[in-house]
Amino acid sequence: MTGVGVELGSRPTQVPAGTAAADLLAIDLAEWRRRVETATAADVGRVIGAGRGRAADLPVLLSAAATARLEDLAAAAHRLTVLRFGRAVRLFAPLYLSNECVSVCTYCGFSAGNEIARRTLTVDEAVAEAQALVERGFRHVLLVAGEHARIISKGYLEEVVRALAPLVPQLSVEVQVWDEATYRRLVAAGCDGLIVYQETYDDDTYADVHRLGKKRNALWRLAAPDRGAAAGMRRLGIGALLGLHGDWRAEALAVAAHAEALTRRWWRCEVQVSLPRLRPAAGGYEPADPVDDRSLTQLVCALRLCLPDAGISLSTREPAALRDALVPLGVTTLSAGSHTEPGGYAGESDAEPQFEISDDRSPAEVAAALRSLGYDPVWKDWQR
Amino acid sequence: MATLTTEDRLVIAGRPFGSRLLLGTGKFPSNASLTASIEASAAEIVTVALRRVDPSAAEDILDALPSSVLLLVNTSGAVDADEAVRLARLARSGGAPPWVKLEVTPDPRHLWPDPVETLAAAERLVADGFTVLPYCPADPVLCKRLEEVGCATVMPLGSFIGSNQGITSRETLGVILEQATVPVVVDAGLGAPSHAADAMELGADAVLVNTAIATAADPVTMARAFRLGVEAGRLAYRAGLAGQAPVARASSPLTGFLEPV
Repeated sequence: MTGVGVELGSRPTQVPAGTAAADLLAIDLAEWRRRVETATAADVGRVIGAGRGRAADLPVLLSAAATARLEDLAAAAHRLTVLRFGRAVRLFAPLYLSNECVSVCTYCGFSAGNEIARRTLTVDEAVAEAQALVERGFRHVLLVAGEHARIISKGYLEEVVRALAPLVPQLSVEVQVWDEATYRRLVAAGCDGLIVYQETYDDDTYADVHRLGKKRNALWRLAAPDRGAAAGMRRLGIGALLGLHGDWRAEALAVAAHAEALTRRWWRCEVQVSLPRLRPAAGGYEPADPVDDRSLTQLVCALRLCLPDAGISLSTREPAALRDALVPLGVTTLSAGSHTEPGGYAGESDAEPQFEISDDRSPAEVAAALRSLGYDPVWKDWQR
Repeated sequence: MATLTTEDRLVIAGRPFGSRLLLGTGKFPSNASLTASIEASAAEIVTVALRRVDPSAAEDILDALPSSVLLLVNTSGAVDADEAVRLARLARSGGAPPWVKLEVTPDPRHLWPDPVETLAAAERLVADGFTVLPYCPADPVLCKRLEEVGCATVMPLGSFIGSNQGITSRETLGVILEQATVPVVVDAGLGAPSHAADAMELGADAVLVNTAIATAADPVTMARAFRLGVEAGRLAYRAGLAGQAPVARASSPLTGFLEPV
């Protein structure tokens, strides 16, 4: 991305100095991308041999030369994952609060233009959903909502977090981006984690797929994790949707560089990355530059080696067999039994889901599969 | 003559323990594996992160602990003294023994202990009646300060936690061992039974191991190997190591001919 802002509303159109966002913009990611093409077998051998790398090594591990060494790459990623995270995988569930949205985003089922059944949970309904998730074993819940500052307001989010905090030991949010003061309110109410996917790090693609709404301000979004960290969020999750931009490797490089920058600036925060492959959704978006399973496997292994301490999350967008296969190679966090429509856990909901689920196993089935792989499904890993 | 293994108990806060190997409980593949590893290690003190404890769960991590071991709750996840104190009190009010492994690690990547906040938390927890075992950098002055505020042990790290590098803090650890008036438990970084033996040969009173056992291909066998390593190192320490010389010294003196027959 470049540092050129988009004039939109009252929000700042530049990222503040001293942030990870600013650090990211100072990196010549185009040069990183060129190194993917020029990396040699010797470069790959050097990075794999070192056993752990940095974000700047990712171009080497995404190269064709590294594809030829995929088994060695997987072995190194497996070793590092077991050493750093053990044979344990953390489970969480998304809780969709609302599919209302005023933004028009071409790839999302909640996009304002889509003729879909809309619903926003009341606080009591959100509590019922959380209760249903707790009964299924979950102790980490991610609150998700579309972008509608009036219906899904700061006060509403704060109230939901406050109501859920006594029930759920670990709460994160993935909602529209807010200012630092709002994040402080959410932290004070009991929210520990902030997930903000940049969606795409490519300027032109970002402008192309975010047609209307405040989300068009890419730089305001880019610095949201910094604002969350400044407000006291302990866990930051970032990512890109693979399938928006026509070059998934460029997206992966940006995610890794951003994660490393966040780690450096906000050393008290745990940083997690995710690179979901776009699934079909209402609106009929067709993913660009599809990532095949072999490439996704290489990407997970490469991210593990280049971001040794970062969590890697894999959602139910991916099929069961692939999710199971990628756990030993670097994935540390899984969602399970997900419903992406508001109200889908406590009862039937006729609201439109955000995207189609590929792994439709129940949480208990996912936990059993992890155990059969020799991994401990960890439901609770936080005490507020 | 009594053998060296008898009458050689580890005593912490007046309580004797037969084993000098303390076990951590993270990263194990299952509760069953953890239980079997605890038994194979013969550990009598087992530390569990309060953040992982969930009495309402169908299978809680505490279910894996044999009733004979001392549950040592740790404050993993605490980033400052306030949080550590709150977690310790929460554990005690939930029925855990008033023993706490104090961990204050604001940096979630390296889990390096914050010396300032650790000392502050230790002082408050001791005053509140806890038996405090603080995880700390291998800093000789900090260890003395932790002793002075009433900690039951000090637990300097051998190397980065989870790194399996063995003892990289050898020089400062040596000073800590020389000066200590409470048991010194080397915690973190011990990646092989030989590392544990190394720590014990240096004079550590005990070691705490987790990653090297939990992530071994066969955790149960590795737990037993660590038990033996700790015992070997302790025996060697008590027997008195013969020391090292920069050059070879013949076992039959070269000037032996000068001595009267």
